[in-house]
Amino acid sequence: MNHRGTRVLRLDALARVEGEAALYLRVEGDTVAETRLRIYEPPRFFEAFLTGRGHTEPPDITARICGICPVAYQMSACRAIEDACGVTVGGSLAELRRLLYCGEWIESHTLHIYLLHAPDFLGRPDVVALARHQRSAVERGLRIKQTGNAILEQLGGRPIHPVNVRVGGFYRTPEREELRPLAERLRQAREDAVETVRWVAAFDFPDAVCDHDLFALSDPGCYAIDSGTPAVMAARRQSPMLHEFPLAEFEQHVEEAQVPHSTARTTTLDGRRYLTGPLARYAINGRWLHPVAAEVARDAGLGDPLTGALCDNPFRSIVVRAVEVVQAIEEALRIIGGYERPPRPVVEVTPRQAVGTGATEAPRGLLYHRYALSEDGTLTGARIIPPTAQNQTAIEEDVRKTVQARLETAGPAADDEELTHLCERAIRNHDPCISCAAHFLDMTVQRT
Amino acid sequence: MVTEPGPATDPRPSLAVWKFASCDGCQLTLLDCEDELLGLTERVRIDHFVEMSSAEGADRGTASLAGRGPYDLSLVEGSITTAGDEERIQHVRRISRRLVTIGACATAGGIQALRNFADVDDFLAAVYAQPEYIATLETSTPISAHVPVDFELRGCPIDRRQLLEVVTAYLAGRKPQISNHSVCFECKRRGTTCITVAHGTPCLGPVTHAGCGAICPAYGRGCYGCFGPSSKPNLRSMVAQLRRDGMSERDIQRVFRTFNAASPEYAPVPDLAAEEQQSPPA
Repeated sequence: MNHRGTRVLRLDALARVEGEAALYLRVEGDTVAETRLRIYEPPRFFEAFLTGRGHTEPPDITARICGICPVAYQMSACRAIEDACGVTVGGSLAELRRLLYCGEWIESHTLHIYLLHAPDFLGRPDVVALARHQRSAVERGLRIKQTGNAILEQLGGRPIHPVNVRVGGFYRTPEREELRPLAERLRQAREDAVETVRWVAAFDFPDAVCDHDLFALSDPGCYAIDSGTPAVMAARRQSPMLHEFPLAEFEQHVEEAQVPHSTARTTTLDGRRYLTGPLARYAINGRWLHPVAAEVARDAGLGDPLTGALCDNPFRSIVVRAVEVVQAIEEALRIIGGYERPPRPVVEVTPRQAVGTGATEAPRGLLYHRYALSEDGTLTGARIIPPTAQNQTAIEEDVRKTVQARLETAGPAADDEELTHLCERAIRNHDPCISCAAHFLDMTVQRT
Repeated sequence: MVTEPGPATDPRPSLAVWKFASCDGCQLTLLDCEDELLGLTERVRIDHFVEMSSAEGADRGTASLAGRGPYDLSLVEGSITTAGDEERIQHVRRISRRLVTIGACATAGGIQALRNFADVDDFLAAVYAQPEYIATLETSTPISAHVPVDFELRGCPIDRRQLLEVVTAYLAGRKPQISNHSVCFECKRRGTTCITVAHGTPCLGPVTHAGCGAICPAYGRGCYGCFGPSSKPNLRSMVAQLRRDGMSERDIQRVFRTFNAASPEYAPVPDLAAEEQQSPPA
């Protein structure tokens, strides 16, 4: 193959991602000169129409940013409004919120593992083709996914855009007895989830190392989901210490910039490229994994999370996600086991003129909300920074490195189809949610 | 890449799923049919569903944004908000035998239709530092404003059982059995005590299209109208009731201006809410 001159690849649809984006890749000689993830999902202007709404509305409204992780939006929104109003939701109400969030982690991660990501490793275009060859594996995945949805339905009323969440807590909390059938299903799902870790750990992973700074919430004593302090681990542990900062200072560290090729805004963290999501959470929170989750992680070759093992091969993110499903199931079982119905379903939240921030760990990474309220609770400003917008630059770098490594590999040169497939895989590693970020992937590879 | 048998030898009807401006939740509903998904794919060939597959159904190459068609049934999620999408929906209609919209965005314009009541340039400036990079229309419009639609499935998000009914019906060549009565009917059927009568909780159930199964009242919450207007809603009476249950003019306007904000049935609400404001109930 001639590596001189310009080469252009076009793929107008990156499949098996949530939402619509395109990729532009320019190769000069044997060097990748430019990688651009172009998010063309049409903007919907949530931050603009939130202004003027009431302080009780963001959980329901922002859920509609993403049908894949509505609970993440509801939880970050609630935390931000409660922060502005000086209210902390604790005790069994906080535990119920975490249980609901576990449901979304189980559902969303399993959707990505089985329906969107595993087909890449097994050479199938989709889960339907995969089921023709590994029906029992696919059925196992669907069972786990359904268990996640069962939590969302029980606590939230429905799996997509749950109706039971409100600022201050819930409309209705379940009786202890109502959660018992969930526990039975979760115990079955735990076996399926452990088997999932074994299944994905045996996949064939390309060699790759990512060297982004890692960014996740840190919540000492537990694996951060619904609360915590922003924490940064320098790339490849160049600095041994975690750097933490108060959430109120988030926008002083995370800087957004708009680029011409995207309806998402890209971000840097203290001026540097960074990654949020499962790999970052595992690095920062691994020591707090439940013993069963830690054991399956070790058995899966991820190293010992209790002594701070990192997973820096983005292709193995599917293994980390599978471990996080085990973690979410264990956590859900723990919460149900200790649940006592709170005396009241909601804590009163009286509006005041203030600014509040909230951040939680959506399945694909840290999700930040900030709201400014007037005295009567009318929103005077809103800022939402979703995980995929934060990951856009890291994803572009992963694509560049992956293609560059392939171009440098001895033997037959890669044809356009192979390069396209590699790029798509490098992107899917991070479970991008384009609907969140825009604000698919249409790909152009140009070679000079 | 291993692929399935080609359409020439495959007697199953073909299905396509399309996305416009939306949150992905309604198409995700198809993947949420965990018990039915694999069985469904034995009866239907899913030829175009970019979120689920990197192939154009059978052995027709990789998935593309435009698809290849023709398709027996197209499910369309999302509203039209860009000039490019105005053209794309015409293309989708041309290559689809039946076209069904799924969800509030495709059926009513979605929450992004709040721009229809504002200046879109203000919205752009509020969200983007360099709005000149962004191409968008001034309005968010439902699919039916652009092409003929065979059926509109309501909901933000749609209900899984209703989606299965619509897909099954069209594949069997019959009309879907989806009633257009109000949420109140479903609440009664579910045996939920009326929360307005019992607790004075403001509830849009009397004017909201059924389909969700009356979830909110069962959780002690008033219906907030995410399935949009029912057939011939009595809004005057609804607005008066909401006032009696303690809602202000502003709150009444807000609750209708959400996920189905641009539904034409809701157009009189601002005036009705203002009238009620002037003549409070005795």
